[in-house]
Amino acid sequence: MRALRRAWSWRTEVGALRFTDTRPRAARGSADEDVGRATGCVHCGLPLPSEPVRDDAGRRFCCTGCLTVFGVLGAAGLEDFYRLRGDAPGARAEVSGRGFEELDDPAFLARHVRRTSGDEPGRAGRVQAELYVEGVHCSACIWLVERLPRFVPGVVRAELDFGRRIVRVEYAPDRVRLSAVARGLDRLGYPPHPVLGQSARAARRREERRELVRLGIAGALAMNAMLIAFALYGGILSGMEADMRTFLRGGSLLLALAAVLGPGRTFLRGGWAALRTRTAHMDLPIALGLVAGIVGGAVNTVLGIGEVYFESVALLVFFLLVGRYLQGRQQRSAQDALELMHALTPARARRIDPVSGVVQEVPSEALQPGDRIELRAGDLVPADATLEAGTTTVDRALLSGESRPVPAGPGDALFAGCTNLAGRVEARVTAVGGETRIGGLMALVQDAAARKAPSVRFADRMAGRFTWTLLGLAAVTLALWWPRSPAAAMEHAVALLIVACPCALGLATPLAIVAAVGKAARRGILVQGGEALERLSRPGRIFLDKTGTLTAPRPVARQVHGDASEADWIHALEATSSHPLAAAVCAALEPALPGRGSAADGLVDVEERLGRGLVGRWHGEPVAVGSPALLAELGVDVAGLDLDALLEAGGTPVLAARDGRLVAAFAVGSVLFQGAEHEVAALRARGWRVGILSGDHPEVVSQVGAALGLDPADVHGGVTPEGKLAAVEAALASARELAGDDEPAPVVMVGDGVNDAAALAAATVGVAVCGGAEASLAAADVYMGRPGLGDLGALLDGAARTRGVIRRGLSASLVYNSTAAGLAMAGLINPIWAAILMPLSSLTVVSLAYRSRTFDPAG
Amino acid sequence: MQLVYIILPFALLLAGIALAAFVWSARTGQFDDLETPGHRVLFDDTESGPRDKDA
Repeated sequence: MRALRRAWSWRTEVGALRFTDTRPRAARGSADEDVGRATGCVHCGLPLPSEPVRDDAGRRFCCTGCLTVFGVLGAAGLEDFYRLRGDAPGARAEVSGRGFEELDDPAFLARHVRRTSGDEPGRAGRVQAELYVEGVHCSACIWLVERLPRFVPGVVRAELDFGRRIVRVEYAPDRVRLSAVARGLDRLGYPPHPVLGQSARAARRREERRELVRLGIAGALAMNAMLIAFALYGGILSGMEADMRTFLRGGSLLLALAAVLGPGRTFLRGGWAALRTRTAHMDLPIALGLVAGIVGGAVNTVLGIGEVYFESVALLVFFLLVGRYLQGRQQRSAQDALELMHALTPARARRIDPVSGVVQEVPSEALQPGDRIELRAGDLVPADATLEAGTTTVDRALLSGESRPVPAGPGDALFAGCTNLAGRVEARVTAVGGETRIGGLMALVQDAAARKAPSVRFADRMAGRFTWTLLGLAAVTLALWWPRSPAAAMEHAVALLIVACPCALGLATPLAIVAAVGKAARRGILVQGGEALERLSRPGRIFLDKTGTLTAPRPVARQVHGDASEADWIHALEATSSHPLAAAVCAALEPALPGRGSAADGLVDVEERLGRGLVGRWHGEPVAVGSPALLAELGVDVAGLDLDALLEAGGTPVLAARDGRLVAAFAVGSVLFQGAEHEVAALRARGWRVGILSGDHPEVVSQVGAALGLDPADVHGGVTPEGKLAAVEAALASARELAGDDEPAPVVMVGDGVNDAAALAAATVGVAVCGGAEASLAAADVYMGRPGLGDLGALLDGAARTRGVIRRGLSASLVYNSTAAGLAMAGLINPIWAAILMPLSSLTVVSLAYRSRTFDPAG
Repeated sequence: MQLVYIILPFALLLAGIALAAFVWSARTGQFDDLETPGHRVLFDDTESGPRDKDA
């Protein structure tokens, strides 16, 4: 539905473009003249910065990425892109300029590239690869990506799946390498990434096709059963020859039997499983109705008496499968989206060839223990390794939750998943894959997920009571009618089981959840598995990770003292480092800078002093930015500075000195996300008990907890991943104890790091926050696309409203069921009534689910 | 009325053919991506696309 609407709005846009501009093409002027008139960037149309990038012809661009893409398009004669795009909103072209050599690794090719099915002549020897592309946002992008064969000789075909952002490239491996294909896409402004989990996605696609086929068969059978039923209704109203009636009944018996034993088998299986394990499940009353309809109808057909309800049985199977298909589809697309997000984490490493010493990009799976690897500043450590050459600082925030980087030198252990911040180092791989520290944590995640108690869905709990009521009513019907006529008693009891079969009841939950999950996705909240919404609908306990959830993942300068005239060289010096403190200082100075770039010219002899700061010379004068210890070491007088005030303001002091004099001071620390206090207060107002579980320093954590007004008993700092898991499991156990036989109150974990993953998996609902590690995405039930807590409130509100929708749907369908049951018990029902009531009740439930405002901003 | 004995199986046969066509198209993946083809059909075919070269 959404796809349809989007396609439609685009169509009107293009239509307007085509039909209003009727001048001959030559009169319209060249494409770049058209776009040159725009006030924004020539390529993307976004507002220009104060110092735009210019090409030789003086056209202005917002960044070099856009300039590159514009040049590439012009050279290939593809300026049509701009005409096609029309007024569609632009996006900055991100050109990474990487070499993508890791894509040519034989191990990678073996796993990700497959032969094109060679049944078409001339297609032998071609191969197919799938790549996830960033930056695709409008239909002109589809057009451009699919013109890839024009840029990269050897590529035969490129087909983009717009919804999943996956491009399937078919190429001749003897003419072009996959890395060249990737570079071609990158030059167009669509950086490609290898897609992980390809086999899982293929399995999901097969499942989707299978369910669609099942749905199609059920639909065809139901419609044809309906067709025959209409003839039979004629018989009910105005009489019919016995032969003809038997023939028609026999025909629809075959159709209904095929529907129940074919596509409807899943309900029989579910009902049987529920019976065997003595658990309540929605499938049980459904299976009961289906079997009663088929058996009762078959007996009546053979004996030539009573009524048959075959069309109701076939319709029931079809309607219920529609609900399940929609739910399954949503779940699969959420899984697709999450997995594709994993593709954005770089899975490559720089391996140093032991013989030649040449550095080569390889996929991280290709690494072996004993390999030597190179790590540049900003690289993710691909495997557990021992540092051999060089010194650096390492950011372990994702792995352990520590917000402060730690220094590392030769002999120190590096763990996969950490980020190398400072400089180029060499290391020897000690463990890969499941043997790594992160691999161990993933095993913990699996254990936690396996231990998690399944929650019984509200509808299933209701189904248990419903089944018993139904059987009770059937017994009452038998008892009431038996004295008068045993045949009529059987007849009415069977009719009761069929018409009271919970079609709408079975649809209510899946549809409400599908509708809510779809709306949530439009807000950037991905819900994996609809049960999560149901479980979030009641308040319980909620644990927040600090870094990335409550505070920005990177520190920020909270106080800046100094003269603006010093800003340019401090910025230039700090820009040479990738240390988070340096980045914070740079960000704080950005507004004070008149233009970009010139100050770096005067800067020489820059040297990074590990864990302390940077020194260098600027226009001949010695300069330094760093900790008070560094400046003291350089002989700078810092006595005039009120260090305590800086420390109070924000944690870490960063000082800047020029020519031996202190000229600027910064207080850098983690800050709460804007509105975090408000959001936490809102959570508590909703009845949630909020706590913090963080791997960061206890002092920092308790400060944050105090700022948010939380009970100190619920605020824990310095917690290991195992500790987080234990805390969540303890909370779960106490919730179970409190609840007794009822459904226990939920325990929610919100976090972004690998260190949160096990706790996310164990919690009743795990919520991963934007920018999180791959492992936490895999473990969580919900993913929020925006950092901070803003969406958490929306999620909880939406969950509570979804629960309301489910309940309304269930009560509406119960009204229909009891009406039908009453009619059946009184012996007033006939197949026509059944065939009217069932679709009517389903329609009510469908419209209730889709008209609800579960995740609308206006709410 | 006797005609029904012929017409009904015939109608079911027709429905069966349509169903078989649907099953075939679903199994060959024609319902996998319902979004992109809707955009693609609107592009001008004035210049030769990748498909033309391939044919």
